[in-house]
Amino acid sequence: MKETNGFIKTRMSNGMSVLVKEAHAAPVASFWVWYRVGSRNEYTGITGISHWVEHMLFKGTPTFPKGAAEKAIAREGGTFNGMTWHDFTTYLATLPAARIELALRIEADRMVNALFDSDEVATERTVIMSERQGAENDPEFLLNEEVMAAAFRVHPYGNDTVGHMCDLETMTRDQLYAHYRTYYAPNNALAIAVGDFEAEEMLRLIDQHFGGITDDTDIPPMTATEPPQKGERRVTVEEEGNVAYLQMVFRMPTAKEPDFFALTALDAALTGASGLTFFGGGLTNKSSRLYKALVDTELAAGISGTSIPTVDPYVYDLSATVRAGHTLAEVEAALERELARVVDEPVTQEELTKAIKQAKAQFAYSSESVTGQALWIGFSEIFADHTWYENYITNLSAVTVEDVQRAARTYLKPSNRTVGWYVPKEG
Amino acid sequence: MAIPGPEDIVRHELSNGITVLARENHSSPSVVIGGYLPVGAYDEQPQQAGLAVFTASALMRGTTNRTFEQIYEELESVGASAGVSGGTHTTGFGTRSLVEDLPLVLDILADALRHPSFPHDGVEKLRGEILTSLEERAHDTRRMASLTFYELAYPEGHPYARSLSGYAETVSELTRDALAGFYAGGYGPQGMVVVVVGAVETAVALAQVEAAFGDWEGNSYERVSLPEVPRITEVRERAVSIPGKTQSDIVLGYPGPARCEPDFMDAVVCNTILGVFGMMGRLGDNVRDKQGLAYYSFSRVAGGPGPGPWQVIAGVNPANVDPAITSIREEIRRICETPVSERELADNKAFITGSLPLRLETNQGVARSILDMERYSLGLDYLQRYADLIGSITIEQVQAVAQRWLHPDAYALGIAGPAAT
Repeated sequence: MKETNGFIKTRMSNGMSVLVKEAHAAPVASFWVWYRVGSRNEYTGITGISHWVEHMLFKGTPTFPKGAAEKAIAREGGTFNGMTWHDFTTYLATLPAARIELALRIEADRMVNALFDSDEVATERTVIMSERQGAENDPEFLLNEEVMAAAFRVHPYGNDTVGHMCDLETMTRDQLYAHYRTYYAPNNALAIAVGDFEAEEMLRLIDQHFGGITDDTDIPPMTATEPPQKGERRVTVEEEGNVAYLQMVFRMPTAKEPDFFALTALDAALTGASGLTFFGGGLTNKSSRLYKALVDTELAAGISGTSIPTVDPYVYDLSATVRAGHTLAEVEAALERELARVVDEPVTQEELTKAIKQAKAQFAYSSESVTGQALWIGFSEIFADHTWYENYITNLSAVTVEDVQRAARTYLKPSNRTVGWYVPKEG
Repeated sequence: MAIPGPEDIVRHELSNGITVLARENHSSPSVVIGGYLPVGAYDEQPQQAGLAVFTASALMRGTTNRTFEQIYEELESVGASAGVSGGTHTTGFGTRSLVEDLPLVLDILADALRHPSFPHDGVEKLRGEILTSLEERAHDTRRMASLTFYELAYPEGHPYARSLSGYAETVSELTRDALAGFYAGGYGPQGMVVVVVGAVETAVALAQVEAAFGDWEGNSYERVSLPEVPRITEVRERAVSIPGKTQSDIVLGYPGPARCEPDFMDAVVCNTILGVFGMMGRLGDNVRDKQGLAYYSFSRVAGGPGPGPWQVIAGVNPANVDPAITSIREEIRRICETPVSERELADNKAFITGSLPLRLETNQGVARSILDMERYSLGLDYLQRYADLIGSITIEQVQAVAQRWLHPDAYALGIAGPAAT
């Protein structure tokens, strides 16, 4: 057992990692179980399977029949959800602190006892197809899916987490169940609790509910490695609509490599500080370089940049909405000029200082919520460990102007990018 | 920490008509400001649709003291945010910052609200962004279904019947002087509310707000009463065809109870049963879980100063639009005609009262609650009375409120999706 900065981290004898942190500002607590499985572990034929399995974990066990778990949580005034991403599947509940044990009971139960009833699989198939169709209504989803498929031709990061429609149409109940039994086990899981409780008592409760789960599993190794990119890639999506979108993604290193922080500082200078939550919530970016070059000049209606920490090398994403009266080519040219400028006229110390202060403020905001803290602790354990979260500001503060310039030269070059154009056709 | 109440919320009225409320929370070194002014789309003419929203957004485009660039350089350099946004009855504002930067954000907020310069260049840039967003709306099924619903549910000329952000035709015609004129006519301290929540001592917060706004003089619009919104007595349905889409969105609903209606809390409980509890209440159980027709199917009751809508919202495969509407109407019929069970009512009340601590976890959550107390005259002890208020609601009240506001055979229905739905 290891204790640092109020975190207690331990590994149970069945292999499950556990992290708890006391937070007494409000009488609430958040409990999460993370599994190291997501669309990163999928291939054509079963794309979307991790996300569908997540949905099936809300469809009942013998102890908590369908609907019983969410109703039990709601009765206690809690919130309850699941999320699937490339690198993880996670389940969370936030409750009045005195009721948090209910979340432990539910998660321990469905780690092994989910039913995967055939009729429920059939109903959920149309729900998930509907989720995908809803996403397809969004031009930026359609563009992103094509851009990522071009950026990754070997690694499963090229597939969206929701999965291909043909796989959603054909996957079977037995495939879903096998995926569940393969990846849902204590030795592939991580439990996080943050909130208004005594840490020792929380550890005891976690041991009480999860300690008896002994079925460990051999996790199939994920062997795909994306080969180096040897030149620019370009894709075009033509679809009915009236607004054009540009997306430009650059291959980038994992969160564990030092260059990640140089790129984070670079991103802050280019498009403003990203939010410290998975769901945006960042600051405005109107004093950033790309806002001034694209939006202030009235070429684009908006610009955003995203660098998401991942297990394997991912992409730095720049996305712009083209303003009426302007063209994709104009916006791309302006973006390219600005990216060249960041190499020739490196970011300044002032820009770095600003990025650090922005990060400090974001940390203060996220510490208001136990859900937000648990999210970041668990998420950082997936691609590194919780010290990544704790040391974030220290690591960002260590970045120099030279580091940022080197990162810009290394990663923002045309041969390292995939460019996507969403070209609207009048219907 | 206790539930916010008269013991720890301080309320203070300034001589120029501003009400300031503050509550300390020292758990994190951050602070938020929230508030509103009584000016909005209510005060614009139908042919000027979008004027209130455009004016509010333009305030941050430059002041007599700061350019647009200076405003955002100062804010973003310290990781703070500030914004003003137009609504129907009010114009809201808010900031978030580290506590050490509260004087700075308050200064910028006061500058934007009191000394906007409406620079020509900034207004034109903003116009372009709004027009692009309206172009996007025309191809967005959710936004178009919602817009259609409002047009059908409210009488022509009522501010709820038109788009808050306006239409390409109206926004194109709004001049810089129209914005400046709308501002001059109706922005002022009378009726303004400011709430400060966070790691700042109450006395300091009140003094800083007073220093920023205490000597503001300004105007406010005389308001005539809104046109009556009659109950819908027939089916009003319109489908908007958006080519190339793979999902249709449905918004089915009614003009609902204003926040001050005596049965508003009954409506909150009824709506929770219908389309919130657990995974989206009865609608989620039926339309999503049993039939697999939709990824989302839920309901909400807006409340607000006027008869805001009570709506069911669902996203479905275009082939399933009719079955989904049938199921939604079945659920509305059931909640109107059949009393809910003791058990279901108890579960829903437990959820509504039990989730209060979660809604009060962050500074923003507390600020929102305090603003509602002030805006709707609920009293500073409202949250402390909340459990009793909800607890006293009966099965009969839930059925009565459903029958008063909902009807399975008379409703407004906006649909947007691919053709031939």
